[in-house]
Amino acid sequence: MGIKVIKGGLLTTIQDVGRYGYRKDGIIVSGAMDTVALRMGNLLLGNSEMEAGIECTLLGPVILFETDQLVAITGGDLSPAINGCPIPMWRPVIVNKGSTLSFGKPVVGCRSYLTVYGGFKVPKVLESCSTYLRAKIGGWKGRALKAGDFIPFRKPYEFSVAKFNWSPDQKMYPDYSGQIIRVIKGPEFDLFTEKSIITFFTEKYKISMEADRMGYRLDGPVLHLSDKKEMLSSAVAFGTIQVPGQGMPIVLMADHQTTGGYPRIAQVISADLTQLAQMKSGDYITFELVTLAMAQDLLLNREQQIKQLKQTLTFKYG
Amino acid sequence: MIFSFYPLGDSAVVIKLGEEISKPISNNIQALCAWLDEYTFEGFVEYTPAFTTITIYYEPWIVNYREMENLLQEMMGSILDNKVKTEPVIIEIPVLYGGSWGPDLNFVAEYNNISIEEVIAIHSAAAYLVHMIGFAPGFPYLGGMNEKISTPRKDNPRSKIPAGSVGIAGKQTGVYPIETPGGWQIIGRAAVDLFDINSAVPALLKVGDLVRFMPVSETEFMQIRGGKDGY
Repeated sequence: MGIKVIKGGLLTTIQDVGRYGYRKDGIIVSGAMDTVALRMGNLLLGNSEMEAGIECTLLGPVILFETDQLVAITGGDLSPAINGCPIPMWRPVIVNKGSTLSFGKPVVGCRSYLTVYGGFKVPKVLESCSTYLRAKIGGWKGRALKAGDFIPFRKPYEFSVAKFNWSPDQKMYPDYSGQIIRVIKGPEFDLFTEKSIITFFTEKYKISMEADRMGYRLDGPVLHLSDKKEMLSSAVAFGTIQVPGQGMPIVLMADHQTTGGYPRIAQVISADLTQLAQMKSGDYITFELVTLAMAQDLLLNREQQIKQLKQTLTFKYG
Repeated sequence: MIFSFYPLGDSAVVIKLGEEISKPISNNIQALCAWLDEYTFEGFVEYTPAFTTITIYYEPWIVNYREMENLLQEMMGSILDNKVKTEPVIIEIPVLYGGSWGPDLNFVAEYNNISIEEVIAIHSAAAYLVHMIGFAPGFPYLGGMNEKISTPRKDNPRSKIPAGSVGIAGKQTGVYPIETPGGWQIIGRAAVDLFDINSAVPALLKVGDLVRFMPVSETEFMQIRGGKDGY
């Protein structure tokens, strides 16, 4: 009982919320680029938020369901369809045995998440099912999914309800339409020239063609340091904006290495990482400076909303 | 001990203990790691030590930045009060130097105007301090290499360096725990795994350990590897 991959898609990987606890050993967190979408997909099905789902990127996979299953598609809209018929996102959907899930044109965002009732039966590596592609660890055999893969379900779907008539309040879905990404000052913010700081917050930066799970290289005006110090390597985080020698910023994403040695001008606030995860090469970003207090408040609000959703849905699944 | 805190985004805080690499700073960082291993707190996720810093990742909806600062002030206080004396663990790593295992050994010798034997002798004489793990799983940043064998990175990095390769880059030496691209000068191959995903403790080395490289022969190398990697 499980799915069979008919076509792998551009980059389709098993991800949960990340592999925590091993950064001091140089093992990256990885995990879903858009963790909110994954968590919500799980909650919609009555799963634990921590269940692994399948992250689909731009060109989605083609997946055959060998048994009945209850699924949810969340995150970016890549035009999901069952047997060619479009299906709604952000709600539980029944997939009948023998049906095929496929994707089409990206409409909003670029990363979509497939979660299934009860989760996938994927072995845990260091307590997580996330895929660390570079080190070939975790997920499905440490690699992206490809044609012929068979991924089992943890448990069978045995509810009698044929159709779900509800979905959460639309206010709960993340809004991926923005171009503004909020940041707080990075540790080396003060090492940059005043002109560069102004440039960083007033000019638009384009996500270049070199944008992947490790990081997005940005194209735009060069940023200069007023004090060129050789930095010692130290820890970085998802959303750290580094500026290497040539002056073009790189935003670190889910598969970033644990440490880095480039000056960090700013740090994307966690609440805006989901927006960033849904942006792709060619998209423009305008950075906005906020305070740490505000960043933490936004995150607190978000967690409270997710908690509320969880409580509502637990009620529905009993 | 002089220290300062600063945020790294909204979910991490960095404790900085200095500007230069030094043994005392490394010792203090080790003491902080030991303290965090012993006493976790609600909202704690994990920590990452580095040369002069230790970064603590936390959940800000459970504990905010102000509360973290207070907590860390207390922690620093108790570390200072109890001089944690941790005996360094010495890890001996058998290395097969030169030949196809260390294709850049000749270059390192020539660059420094010494013989291959001298490079091996100098490299294996010291006890190196593990300052931090980063860049790749289990990859150690080692301090204390003799400058007599310093050699700049390759202009053209290799696209593939086998796991276990022992290298030199500038004043640093290290071992590649997994196969990656890289520009280090490769002088030998370690006979033990620096990273094993199937082990309960996946990384062989941790901050504060002392590493000694032991030259071994090809026969000894094969014996230690015990048929792994098809040797």
